[in-house]
Amino acid sequence: MEYDPTLLLQVEDVHKSFPGVNALSGMRLDLRHGEVLGLVGENGAGKSTLMKLLTGIYIHQEGEFFLDGEPLRVRTPLDAEKRGLSIIHQELNLVSHLTVAENIWLGREPRSGGVFTKPREQIARTRDLLERLEMDLDPKALVANLTVAKQQMVEIAKALSFDAKVLIMDEPTSALNETEVAQLHTLIRRFVTPETGVVYITHRMPELKSITDRITVIRDGKYITTTDTATSTLDEIISHMVGRAIDTSAKPVNVRDDREVILSVRNLTTKSALHEVSFDLHKGEVLGFAGLMGAGRTETARAIIGADPHVSAEITLRGTTVTISNPAQAARMGIGYLSEDRKKYGLMLNLDVAHNVTISSIQDKFTTGPFEKKSAIRQAAQDAVELLKVKTPSMTQQVKFLSGGNQQKAIIGRWLVKDCDVLIFDEPTRGIDVGAKEEIYQLLNHLAEQGKSIIMISSELPEILRMAHRVVVMSDGYVTGTLQADEATQESIMALATTRLSEKELP
Amino acid sequence: MFSAANPDPIQDSTAVVTPEEKQAGIWKQRLQQLLAFAGLLIIFLAFSIVAPTTFATYSNVMNILFSAVVIGCLAMGATLVIVSAGIDLSVGTGMALCAVMAATFMVRWGLPVWLGILLTLAFGAFIGLINGTAVTILGLPPFIATLAMMMICQGLALVVSNVAPIYFDPVDHASYMWISTGNLIPGSGFPNAIFVLILAVVVAYILFNKTILGRYDVSIGSNMEATALSGINVKKWLILIYAAAGTFTALGGIMISARLGSAQPATGAGYEMQAIAATVIGGTSLAGGKGSVIGTLIGALIISVINNGLQIIMLPQQWQNVVLGTVIVVVVFIDQLRNKQAKAR
Repeated sequence: MEYDPTLLLQVEDVHKSFPGVNALSGMRLDLRHGEVLGLVGENGAGKSTLMKLLTGIYIHQEGEFFLDGEPLRVRTPLDAEKRGLSIIHQELNLVSHLTVAENIWLGREPRSGGVFTKPREQIARTRDLLERLEMDLDPKALVANLTVAKQQMVEIAKALSFDAKVLIMDEPTSALNETEVAQLHTLIRRFVTPETGVVYITHRMPELKSITDRITVIRDGKYITTTDTATSTLDEIISHMVGRAIDTSAKPVNVRDDREVILSVRNLTTKSALHEVSFDLHKGEVLGFAGLMGAGRTETARAIIGADPHVSAEITLRGTTVTISNPAQAARMGIGYLSEDRKKYGLMLNLDVAHNVTISSIQDKFTTGPFEKKSAIRQAAQDAVELLKVKTPSMTQQVKFLSGGNQQKAIIGRWLVKDCDVLIFDEPTRGIDVGAKEEIYQLLNHLAEQGKSIIMISSELPEILRMAHRVVVMSDGYVTGTLQADEATQESIMALATTRLSEKELP
Repeated sequence: MFSAANPDPIQDSTAVVTPEEKQAGIWKQRLQQLLAFAGLLIIFLAFSIVAPTTFATYSNVMNILFSAVVIGCLAMGATLVIVSAGIDLSVGTGMALCAVMAATFMVRWGLPVWLGILLTLAFGAFIGLINGTAVTILGLPPFIATLAMMMICQGLALVVSNVAPIYFDPVDHASYMWISTGNLIPGSGFPNAIFVLILAVVVAYILFNKTILGRYDVSIGSNMEATALSGINVKKWLILIYAAAGTFTALGGIMISARLGSAQPATGAGYEMQAIAATVIGGTSLAGGKGSVIGTLIGALIISVINNGLQIIMLPQQWQNVVLGTVIVVVVFIDQLRNKQAKAR
């Protein structure tokens, strides 16, 4: 394998696949000494897989990594840090009940006699480190009491305490405000010397311009291109990001704009995640919800069904103003929610198909007094399974043995048996393989045809473009735009999804 | 964070389950119950061989069943709670408090026996209601909520009884004691307490297997979040589950006081562990979502057989808990081993 000793970090032709998915194929990345390299790609493009390979969380199957021209093999995150490769994850990895100093030296505490900690030395070392980085932090402060921005500083200080050569930052600004972003960028510039480099992952296009030297675009687990930041435009980068050849033949079906409004949401605001979210859902419509991770789409769904509290909202369902304070009420009103995380929020994995399909309706439909009507339950489950073509050997099969697509169908069945006519699908095809995806799409179209109204939250733009009659785009907890099917393109959605409304409104 | 080393291996190919595998699944379930029952038989046979003339007699079998009654009743409630992925530590001292309350109703207040029994059952349900409320509305972990209730009941039993046993009147309350020690079938040597245990098991079985309470119990234990998102009022049902457990606790209190002819306020502590042990031996998972009323009955019988058998072979009483503890380790270990193998397949 050839390598270039002038590069700080080199990723050559790396492959990684999971059962049924090629997560990375022929991935490459070149980080030069003394530069900040932006790494961009859509959700699922392979960024986090690459990061996990670099830090030894996953092991790659093919290809090579080089650090300063030396082959790099890491087996554990600690390995990676010892070699000078530090990663700061989007979700911070700090122990909130420990102090700044304790967090930085966790697992590497200055000791005497192997067992006794030396707190004074630890604090002195921390003070040195923080001074070097010009960070305004108290080594004895509890991490729990710090703002997210300061916690991030702690992570950076920790990374640098390993004498990191390469610092990888995954969406470091998703929880920061404008001033804090500027501070972070100052810190990054201070870190970058001719010996070091930064890989900066972000979804925020304007930040790429302000902090990076070059930008690498990846898509579908493949390397696409690397451009100099100074000579490229954001539009170019976005079109590289989304520019896959998509199947344009499949389009939303039955798009009409004369349908009655069935669910109307106005000014849905929660404590932190959502700001004045408003939209209408029409009968028989597939309403797409697009946006980047953390844009507030799942939060919107959960707030509507009362799974999470909201500060204010006016919700009108079939012409009547309603208050929904828990999912039981939502279900009674005919709103069913299918979570993005089926295993955690959808299925009772160790229970059987019949249970999972009928659990929502047993009390209304399949009881005599307190007693269950077992045969009616089995029959209803059987009918749903046949209607939705769920592949299961029997109604008594534990649902954990079904494939992802069939598990999803079982939950769809649950809401159909319950007679729900508003269905909120959160990432309906996540973890489902290609063939089964198509089946789910056809099922959604079929349901919409029958007059069910569908909200489809999806992070996959091709999926939105293929299915949605209209697209609500969210960013940072705001609705930044609503597009008709014929206006929706990858570019128009991406542009809205990367808008930071909150910034515009800040003075 | 770093536990994500094993990505979701979602494969459609795994969905194909052959009829043979399905058949194997059914047999696995049967086997589970059979195994507990086989364990009971083996322990029983072992004692029968060691002490053929004293252990394996009709009257001793009656003794074994008789002494399984209280633990059996308590364990029915414990099973309902444990299946919901909860725990109820208050069943032991709650039983003592219920016994004291039964004596208060009948001896002190002079209420008729039937009314005293009903009020005691209601009182037990009330204890459970408070447990359930603490767990759901206050959001306390079940261990903490019922630990607190365990101490409260222990204290209240002493307060209400003025730290002294309350004795039932042999004449006025003869019918009360008849519930436990009387013979519905004269001359059979078959105490009524055993009928009560059978009744308790039947009620628990129906509750668990035939009603929506049991359905939601399993569902909550399997995945509470998903059950709530499926539109089930999880808080309400959990409160009812704890209340049902409290009612079984009260039944235990009635059975122990009827048997002794008195309410002993200081007994009770330790019974909760036996009830949990019976449940666990019977194959109910402490992780929730899986359990069996019949398994729990077998668990209670195993405990009773061991206690009785050890007495008969004259092993000092202090050794009984040592043996029982060992049995729990062995039984649960075997159960987990089988589960792991089932997963690996």
